[in-house]
Amino acid sequence: MSLDSSTTVATGGTAGLRPPGGAPPATGFRIGLAARRLGALIALAVLILLNLAITPHFATMQTLSVNLTQICTIVIVGVGMTLVIATGGIDLSVGSLMAISGALAPGFFTGALFHGGNLYVNIGFGIVIPVMVAGLFGLFNGWLVSSFRIQPIIATLILFIAGRGIAQVWTNGDLQVFKAPEFQAIALGHVLGVPFQVWIMLVFVIAAAWMLRKTVFGRQLLAVGGNEPAARLAGVPVKRVKRLVYVISGLCSGVAGLIVIAMNSAADANLIGMGVELDAIAAVAVGGTLLSGGRATVVGTLIGALIIQLVRYTLLANGVPDAAALIAKAALIVLAVWLQRQERA
Amino acid sequence: MKHRWSGAGIGVVIALALLIAFGGIRYDGFLGSYNILTVLRYNSMFALVGLGMCFVIMTGGIDLSVGSVAAMASVVSAYLSPYGLLPGLLGGVGAGLVAGTLSGLIITKLKILPFIATLAVMLAASGTGLLLANNQSVAVSYDSAFTTLGQGNLLAAFKPEWIDGDNAGWMGTALGLFFNFPTPAWIALVAYIVGSVVLNARPFGRHVLAVGGGEEASRLMGLPTDRTVFAVYLISGGLAGLAGVILAAQFGAGQPIEGIGWELFAIASVVVGGTLLTGGKGSVFTTLAGVLLLGLIFTILNFENGMGWISLSAYWQSVVRGAFLLVVVILQSRLARTAPA
Repeated sequence: MSLDSSTTVATGGTAGLRPPGGAPPATGFRIGLAARRLGALIALAVLILLNLAITPHFATMQTLSVNLTQICTIVIVGVGMTLVIATGGIDLSVGSLMAISGALAPGFFTGALFHGGNLYVNIGFGIVIPVMVAGLFGLFNGWLVSSFRIQPIIATLILFIAGRGIAQVWTNGDLQVFKAPEFQAIALGHVLGVPFQVWIMLVFVIAAAWMLRKTVFGRQLLAVGGNEPAARLAGVPVKRVKRLVYVISGLCSGVAGLIVIAMNSAADANLIGMGVELDAIAAVAVGGTLLSGGRATVVGTLIGALIIQLVRYTLLANGVPDAAALIAKAALIVLAVWLQRQERA
Repeated sequence: MKHRWSGAGIGVVIALALLIAFGGIRYDGFLGSYNILTVLRYNSMFALVGLGMCFVIMTGGIDLSVGSVAAMASVVSAYLSPYGLLPGLLGGVGAGLVAGTLSGLIITKLKILPFIATLAVMLAASGTGLLLANNQSVAVSYDSAFTTLGQGNLLAAFKPEWIDGDNAGWMGTALGLFFNFPTPAWIALVAYIVGSVVLNARPFGRHVLAVGGGEEASRLMGLPTDRTVFAVYLISGGLAGLAGVILAAQFGAGQPIEGIGWELFAIASVVVGGTLLTGGKGSVFTTLAGVLLLGLIFTILNFENGMGWISLSAYWQSVVRGAFLLVVVILQSRLARTAPA
């Protein structure tokens, strides 16, 4: 069901992503992008058909839920990552920001750190404050990138290293176990039979796809990634746009961190979001967003994450060890990016 | 290409000297030979990985695979360790070279960005390592000489008796450092000397810097750009393999899940060492200074806790390292803007 809604957005979103600065002829570009999007969709369809044929119990609601919940945090982080990459940047700090948000939250919603008087007020603080803090750290990334012109990979490497340390220092490295069903509903609750976190993911994907397509900010973001000097000359507030995408990426990471701890009933600063930056970047690349910037598809990122997850699920469900699935994932990433190159050429 | 030591490069050497002086004055035993040799032994793995990363970054690329390649190589060398030192060494380095070849081919033949290509190789190497090791660590054989690669001191056999005596004096301490110099540190030192010669005195080094300065221009000038790019990933893979061998030999086991985050630590060392991430400029020995600088932060933290005044958890080290990196890149961005290009 949720798959259907995402594909609708997919076809709807295609037309909106025109090249910034209008370098290549519009028609050829649109065909190229449609082909690429179609290629990813076909790959996804083939995977689903293959699984229907060979994997037992594939066509069940449970399988759908398992696969979708596996990718939720990756896609939510991937939404922010797509926008950052669209501006020609990259954000390595997402996993550490997830750890910060996840480590901060329990102190608020359990009322241990600050008691708002009422459980729901506490939960409100437990959601808003950690996400805001992650957003502020995102602002720090954006500030380094825009005001100091530090390369994004280095600028965000700082918080990649220090961010997890901050979360660990905050919790002293201890596991915080909690039981807060009202808070954990953000991951474990169901609406219409679909886990609530999947709805959150879809809201993020749809909102970002709409933003890229329909808002001035979305266009400015692609313009900055496509040709920064040209964008600047055209009056795009380059610095502000860059700062903002890193803030958005930080906010997305903050939300993803909350979902992880809600799923686990525990916050472990050592592990939350470990390695998620690479999973998110892989999903973005497989989804068809150009890593050099200027062209982006948020729905593609969702499809990319789905493809990677389904390949892994197919292998695991058919008795292939997890380590071998890693090798398949590597081959898949190379193949997908190579095919996209062929289509552009 | 006259100035090999950029402003930031000198900066890191000065910072390292200041940090050592600070530690030496503040803590007893900080400059003792035991501490010095322990620091060198442990950080030699990171030094090797950092050297490979330095070459890759000078071409304007990046190699995310080094950590998992080292982990895979540690498994391979652990399996080969019963057959002796040489098979273990060659097996580990060979495994690294295979991974480097793969990265190089994906980048030069399929024209895929280094970031994505080496991300894929990272996953593949980690999967291979886990498969080979059956998801466990693999014990190294202590019957062969293999473990001396990590635990031994190369020249210890030639050490004269009187050096360890009570009244050997400063001469004895100095010679003691020399004869007790850890084997992995010798390996790293030789690698850096060779790396420096290759970068500064061989055509290949010029090609590396030229490709980093402008790949298209180098191609038009007739330089073998693809071969150069391929070679740096091969070097990086081989050095990561060598680091994996030392890892296995030093800790007595091949460890398929080690190496997480090594790539980013190596990148941080290279950047702290003043090599520009945009390529075209760089120095080998300042990278070594960068590795030691980031490594010493951990040692200093330990000594500081030992003083008993404060108790900082080990988690502070990543915060301090991050802060250090922040200061360095901000200074570099200031220098880059004031200095003529």
